[in-house]
Amino acid sequence: MPRPKPEPKLVCRNVWKIFGPHGAAALDRLGHGVSAERLAALGLVPAVRAVDLEIGEGEIFVIMGLSGSGKSTLVRCLSRLVEPTAGEIIFHGQNLLAASESEMIRLRRHTMGMVFQHFALLPHMTVVQNVAFPLEVQGQPRDQREATARRMIALVGLAGREQALPRQLSGGQQQRVGIARSLAADPELWFLDEPFSALDPLIRREMQDEFLRLQSVLKKTIVFITHDFDEAIRLADRIAIMKDGAVVQVGTPEQIVLSPATDYVREFTRAVPRAKVVRAGSVMAPVAGHAAEAGAGRDGPCIPARSTVAEAAPLFAAGAEAVAVTDAEGRISGHLHRQAVIELMLAG
Amino acid sequence: MAALSPLRLRHWQGPGLWAGALALFAAFALWGRDLAPWAFDWPRKAVLPVRRPISDAVKWLMNHADLGLFTFREATRAIAAAVEFPYRLVLALLSEGGQAAGLAVPALPWVTVVGAAALLGWRAGGAGLAALVAACFGFVALFGQWDAAMVTLASVLIAVPLGVAGGLLLGVAAWRWRWLDRALVPVLDLMQTIPVFAYLVPILILFGFGPTAAVVATVIYALPPMARVTTLALARMPAETHDLGRMIGCTRRQMTWRVMVPSARDGLMVGVNQVIMLSLNMVIIASMIGAGGLGFEVLGALRRLDFGAGLEAGLAIVVLAVAMDRLSQAFAAGRGGGRLGPGLWLLAGVTLAALMLPALRDYPDGWRLSTGPFWSDVMRWINVTFHDSLEAVKDAALLGVLVPVKRFLLGLPWLGVAGLLALAGWRLGGWRLATLAGGLAVLIAATGLWEQAMITVYLCGLSVAVAMLIGLPIGILAAERDGLWQVVRLMIDTAQTLPSFVYLMPAVMLFRVGDFTAMLAIVAFAVAPAIRYTALGLRGVDPRLIEAGRAMGCTRWQILTRIKLRMALPEILLGLNQTIMFALSMLVITALVGTRDLGQEVYVALTKADAGRGLVAGLCVAFIAIIADRLIQAGAARARARLGLLP
Ligand SMILES: Nc1ncnc2c1ncn2[C@@H]1O[C@H](COP(=O)(O)OP(=O)(O)OP(=O)(O)O)[C@@H](O)[C@H]1O
Ligand SMILES: [Mg+2]
Repeated sequence: MPRPKPEPKLVCRNVWKIFGPHGAAALDRLGHGVSAERLAALGLVPAVRAVDLEIGEGEIFVIMGLSGSGKSTLVRCLSRLVEPTAGEIIFHGQNLLAASESEMIRLRRHTMGMVFQHFALLPHMTVVQNVAFPLEVQGQPRDQREATARRMIALVGLAGREQALPRQLSGGQQQRVGIARSLAADPELWFLDEPFSALDPLIRREMQDEFLRLQSVLKKTIVFITHDFDEAIRLADRIAIMKDGAVVQVGTPEQIVLSPATDYVREFTRAVPRAKVVRAGSVMAPVAGHAAEAGAGRDGPCIPARSTVAEAAPLFAAGAEAVAVTDAEGRISGHLHRQAVIELMLAG
Repeated sequence: MAALSPLRLRHWQGPGLWAGALALFAAFALWGRDLAPWAFDWPRKAVLPVRRPISDAVKWLMNHADLGLFTFREATRAIAAAVEFPYRLVLALLSEGGQAAGLAVPALPWVTVVGAAALLGWRAGGAGLAALVAACFGFVALFGQWDAAMVTLASVLIAVPLGVAGGLLLGVAAWRWRWLDRALVPVLDLMQTIPVFAYLVPILILFGFGPTAAVVATVIYALPPMARVTTLALARMPAETHDLGRMIGCTRRQMTWRVMVPSARDGLMVGVNQVIMLSLNMVIIASMIGAGGLGFEVLGALRRLDFGAGLEAGLAIVVLAVAMDRLSQAFAAGRGGGRLGPGLWLLAGVTLAALMLPALRDYPDGWRLSTGPFWSDVMRWINVTFHDSLEAVKDAALLGVLVPVKRFLLGLPWLGVAGLLALAGWRLGGWRLATLAGGLAVLIAATGLWEQAMITVYLCGLSVAVAMLIGLPIGILAAERDGLWQVVRLMIDTAQTLPSFVYLMPAVMLFRVGDFTAMLAIVAFAVAPAIRYTALGLRGVDPRLIEAGRAMGCTRWQILTRIKLRMALPEILLGLNQTIMFALSMLVITALVGTRDLGQEVYVALTKADAGRGLVAGLCVAFIAIIADRLIQAGAARARARLGLLP
C-alpha cells in the first residue's frame, strides 16, 4: 500500500441516534438488530444506526451519502452536539459519552473545530472578530487572539478583508472565514459538514484545492461530510458511504470504485471514470523479486505509485509501451503497461 | 370524532343544520321571553361575585400584604422611586430644568434637543432622515407644543429602555425554558386583548395618580410584544448558529448573550420599534392617570370641546410618532448614515452658546404660530354651514342602521347566542372550540355585563362591517396596481403608527359625542388592516394559477373573483380578524365620547378607582376578542386546508 495505515485517533463503536420520544427505551426493548422500518412504525427516526468507524491520525475521512442519510447527525454525535442514543465514541482512549459537560466544553474548545454548510458567521462581527471569537470565548486577551486570527485569515487567503462584515463578502469568502475560525484554536479534530455545498461549482473546485493545500500544511485529522461523490473521491483518503443512517461501505476511493459493496454504492460509482480513481500501483505489473535499486533502469519515464492512471496517461502519448512505477522511496516497484491503461480507460 | 360515526356526522353537516339552528334561535328569541326570562336577562342574584373580591384583593395588597422582607406597599414605592428619579432627570433636561434627587439640572436649550434628534437621524439614515426628524421637532416648537411634547418624550424615553430590557429578558427566559414559554403564551395573549384602560385601574390604585404610574403602565403595556418578538427571533435562528456556539465551547451564558442575542439583532429591532410605538400610544392614553404631556392636551381639549387646541396637540402627536417610527426603523434596517464626529462638535458648540445666551435657550415666543383659533373658526364655520347636512347624515345613520341593530342585538337571549357560538365553534374546530366559544359567552352573561357586552358587539360589529366595506375595494384596487399600492401602503403604514387617541379628534369635531362619532373613529382606526391583508393576500396568489386562468381564457373579472379572491380568502379572513382586534382596542377609547358599552364601564371604573369593576369589564372585552379570534382563525385554517395551501 502507498501509505501505512494510520493509528486510529477517533473510534466510534455501535453508535445509534434515534430521534423521537423514548428512543433509548425502544432500542433497548427491540435490540440492536432492529430494522429501520420497525422504528419508523413507532414514530421514531433512526438517523444513525449501529455505526462503527475508525478514523486515523492525519487522515481525511469523508462521509458520503444522500440527503437525509444521517451524515450531519453522525458528525454531530462525534462531537456530542447531538447526544447519541447508544454506543461509544473514543478519542485519545477516552469515551466522550462518559465525559461531563464541562469536560466536553474543554475538549470542544481546544481539540475540535467545525465548519458549517451555511457558514454560521455572526452577522454583527467583522471578519477578524468572527475568527477570533472562539478564542474570545476562551478568555484570551484581545491582542493575542486578534494576532492569531490575522494569521489564520492570511492562511486562508483573505488578508486585507479583516475589517469587512460577513454580508459584504461572497459565499466563497464567507466560507474561508468559517474555515479560518474553525482553525483558530488549533484543533486536532477538524469537522467539516458539507462546507462547499452552498457554493457555485467553480468556486467549489477552487475551495477543494485550497482545502487540500491547507491540509498538506496542517495535517489535521479530518471528518468531511459531503453528498457529492466526485468531491469525496477528490479529497478522501478513505470514504464511508451512508444509507438510511447505516454505513454500507468504508474504503479508499479506489476500493469503493473497483469493488462496490452494494448496488446502492455501485450507483454512485457508475459515472466515475475508473482512470481517475485507480492508482498506478494497483494495476502495474510488479517487478519480479525485490524492487530494483533506485536509479537502476531509469532511462524511460516513471511515475509515483500514488498517482492515478489518468495522470499517467499523457506519458504514453510519446509512444512508450510501459512506464516505470516508483514507490515512496523512489525505487522502481513495477511497470505500468499501455495495454492495462487502455483497458482501464475503455472500462469507463 | 371522525372515528365516532362519520356517516351520522355527515348527515348533520351542511346548510340544513344551520337553518334548523337559526329557526330554533329565532323562535326562542321571539317567543321565549315568557317561557324562560332567565335566558334573556341573567338573574341578578346569580351574578358571579367577582368584582368585590378583586377590589378587596387589590386593597389588601396595598394595605396589608407582607412579602416577608418587605411589604407590598414598600415594593411599589421602591419601583415608583426607581422610575421617578430617571424620569425627573430626563424631564428636567428636556424642559424646565430643576432639581432631580438633589442635583440641580439645567434645562437643555431647545436647539440642542432638535439638533440631537437630527443627529440621530443623520447617524441612522443620512441627510434625508435628519431633515425629516428636525422638521418634525421644529413643527412641534412652531405650534407651541414644545413643553407638552417634551413631557411626553420624557415618559417615552424612560419607558422604552425598561420595556425593551424587560421584554428581552422575559423573551430570552422563555426561549431557554420551554415550560416558561408555555406558561407565558396565554398570559401574553390575554394581556394583548385586555383593553388598555383596564390596565390603568389597578396601576392607578397601586402607584397613585401621576407620571410614575403612567410610565409603569406604559412599560407593562409595551413589554409583551418585545417578549414575543425575542422568543420568536431566537427560535428562528438557524440551528447552525447554536451548533457553532456549542462547538467553540460556549458556556450557557456566553451562548445566550454572545452568540444568540447579538445574531438575532435584526429581528429584535423590529420588537424595539414596536415598543417605541406602543409606548407612545400608551403614554398618550395614560394622560388619564396623570401622564401629562400631549395626551393631556388632547384630553383636556376633548373635555372642553376646544377643537383648535385639540387638533394642534393631535398633530404634534402625529409628527412625534412619525419621527420616532422613521428613526427606529432606520436603526433597525441598519443601513447606516453619516459619521457623527463633526455633528457632535457642532451640537456641543451650539449648546454652549445657547446656555450662555438665555435668549437662545427657549423657543422664542414671537416665532410661535397658533392655529388653534383658526381651526376653531374653521370648525365653527363648517358646523354652521353644513350643520344641517351633517346632522342629516348622522340622524340617517343612527335611525336607519345603528339604533335598529342595537335594539335587535339587545333583544337576543344570551343562552341562544352562546348556543349559536358553540355551534359555530363545533363546526369550525370541534368540541374544544365549541366549549371555549360557548363557555366564554356564558361567562360574560354571568358577570351581569351582557347588555354592555352586546352594545360593544353592536358598535364593533358595525364598525368592522363598514371598515371591511371600505377596505376590501381599496385593497383589491391597490393589489392590481403597483403604483397605487405604494401610495396606499405608505398611508396605512403611517396611519398605524398614530396613537389611537388622535383618531377621536376629527370625528368629535364634526359630529360631537355619541355612537356615530365613536363608529367613525373606530372605522378610521381599523380600516388599515382590512386594506393591508386584502392587498397582501391578493398579491400573494400564486402567479402560476393566474397564468393558468388566463390561458383558459378567463376575463379579468373572472380571474379576480374565481381565482384571486378565492385563493386569498384565508388572508382576508386574517385581515378581518385584525380589523376586529383593532376595532375593539379603539372601542374602549371611544368611551371618552360617551358610548355605553364595556369601554364605558372600564372608564367609569378608572375614574372611581374601582379595580374589580375595571378588570371584570376589561376581561369581558378580552373574552369577546378571544371568541372572535379563535373562530376566525379556525375558519381561516379550514379555508386554507380546503384550498390545499400550506398552514
Ligand atoms: N432534531 C431532529 N429531530 C428529528 N429528526 C431529525 C432531527 N435532525 C435530523 N433528523 C432526521 O434525521 C435524518 C438524518 O438527518 P441528517 O440531517 O443527519 O441528514 P444529512 O445526511 O445530513 O442530510 P443533508 O444532506 O440534507 O444535510 C433525517 O431523516 C432527518 O429528518
Ligand atoms: Mg446535513
